[in-house]
Amino acid sequence: MATIAQTVETGIAQRRAAGFVASTITITRRSALRYVRTPQLVVMATLQMSLFFLIYRYMFAGAMRSVGVAYVDFLVPGFIATGVLFSGIGAAVGMAEDVEQGFVDRLRSLPIPRSSVLAARALADTGILVLAASVTVAIAYAVGFRLHGSVLAGLAAFGLVILFGFAFEWLFITIGLFAGNGQAAQGMGMIVFPFAFISSAYIAVSTMPGWLQAFAKHQPLTDMVDTVRALTLGSRATAVLGHPASHYLTGSLLWTAGILAVAVPLAIWRYHRG
Amino acid sequence: MTRTIEARRLEKRFGKTHALTGLDLVADAGQVTALLGPNGAGKTTFVRAVATLLRLDGGTLLVGGHDVAREPQQVRSLIGLAGQYAAVEPAMSGRENLEMVARLFGLSRRAAKAAASAVLTQLRLEDAGERLVRTYSGGMRRRLDLGASLVGRPRLLILDEPTTGLDPRSRIELWDAIRALVDSGTDVLLTTQYLDEADQLAGQIVIVDHGRTLATGSPAELKQRVGGKVIEVHARGEQLPAVAAALARLGDSEPDVDHATRRVTVGVTERSDGLLGAARALTSAGIDVDEIALRQPTLDEVFLALTGKPAQADPIPKSAAA
Repeated sequence: MATIAQTVETGIAQRRAAGFVASTITITRRSALRYVRTPQLVVMATLQMSLFFLIYRYMFAGAMRSVGVAYVDFLVPGFIATGVLFSGIGAAVGMAEDVEQGFVDRLRSLPIPRSSVLAARALADTGILVLAASVTVAIAYAVGFRLHGSVLAGLAAFGLVILFGFAFEWLFITIGLFAGNGQAAQGMGMIVFPFAFISSAYIAVSTMPGWLQAFAKHQPLTDMVDTVRALTLGSRATAVLGHPASHYLTGSLLWTAGILAVAVPLAIWRYHRG
Repeated sequence: MTRTIEARRLEKRFGKTHALTGLDLVADAGQVTALLGPNGAGKTTFVRAVATLLRLDGGTLLVGGHDVAREPQQVRSLIGLAGQYAAVEPAMSGRENLEMVARLFGLSRRAAKAAASAVLTQLRLEDAGERLVRTYSGGMRRRLDLGASLVGRPRLLILDEPTTGLDPRSRIELWDAIRALVDSGTDVLLTTQYLDEADQLAGQIVIVDHGRTLATGSPAELKQRVGGKVIEVHARGEQLPAVAAALARLGDSEPDVDHATRRVTVGVTERSDGLLGAARALTSAGIDVDEIALRQPTLDEVFLALTGKPAQADPIPKSAAA
């Protein structure tokens, strides 16, 4: 009996649990496999997104002649940037379901750095975001969207969308942790609607009633949308939007830093508390 | 003898709910310790504390000699947890699930593969190892979940109501797996609201209610506490009250009448003349009965004697009191 216990003891003493990077990769892989092996999820999400996009693109184009450029060029940056909010709801639900189904408990009982669980979640969901945004760009090109700035500026715009998405992921992870079950997370995710719609994403803020403008101008999405929009519009940005890309970039990066500064510690605190 | 778990005066509150109110527990190595109690008794809270999943409000808790509050990582490297839910990924195969957890325990790729194979064989899942878990039955998922808690070769296995919701056959299969683990040197902490489960598996039973320890002992010792044996009579038709009246003179306590099963039970001390006395009492009262037996008390009766209320095996799942 004693010898068995000793052997186990030595085995355990020699064993080193996975470090932050190794455990983050291992847990990210699980999320990736979950998406890959549940193709109906990806297909449905893509279909739904494309449908909304095409409706906006063709239905509103006629009514939106006042934006200064072809509506498709105005819409696409807004649509992609707000897309990070809508896909974030899925991230919140995924996190909440992991809590609900005991998966988080299993991970929390393992001798791994606890932050790797959250980092893996943020990484996997940001990966999904890259895919979704790429699909939207492809569809956008098919229905008439064109880049007016340089390719480099276009790539920077794409990269910024992903960066904004990564910051919001932490907010959605926090929502998922607080919600504790999928349905509640879905409900709490509805908070994205005012941010997505009362912004410069689909229409010019100047056409809104004054009190809505006040909200629209002072929330992160408007700055983020206008940064992406300015980068894709190139030299026409200042004429259409009023300021060059750099003006919006400062605002959106400040928002991004602010969101990360609040959401990351909050998520980690909530996760530790259990 | 080494102590796997040492809990002293544990306290935990969730808002106004007092989940643990001074719980004491000492679990010795080399056996299954069963935490037995009704829903809301504090079993899951205790298990979550042992698994380092929550912070206690008071008391000290040592697992494998390590304080859960001060050295949680050391505790985590000693334990394996299988909760009330099958915490396995449906979109991965059984083998992939096990390899994932093994990798998180720091095993090399090759060692993780070997550990996964060993566990699949051990739990008789080798034929299903390559299938996605979403095709598994409920019982197979639970066994895989148990397996996931084993790949790190834990010294202490923590099982929170492992068989709740399983069909009888899957239950017995899981019991066999747990027995085999104990034989191979793993200590087990198990919570259950099934008295027969504790009776079947545990070397030591800790009965809890309202966040406190009510009694501790081996199944035999706890049965002894009720005092001797139980006479059980299956009455015919309308004769239940008459049977109860006849038996009332024999026992130390009032007979217990169960109308649904037409059964009357009464506890008797060792020195009473037991079965013969009961038979005589019934005959002289002119009562015919279907069946009369002298037996060991069940743990249900132990619980009744200790708490004054029956243990409820309530099938409603608890909300994860986090």
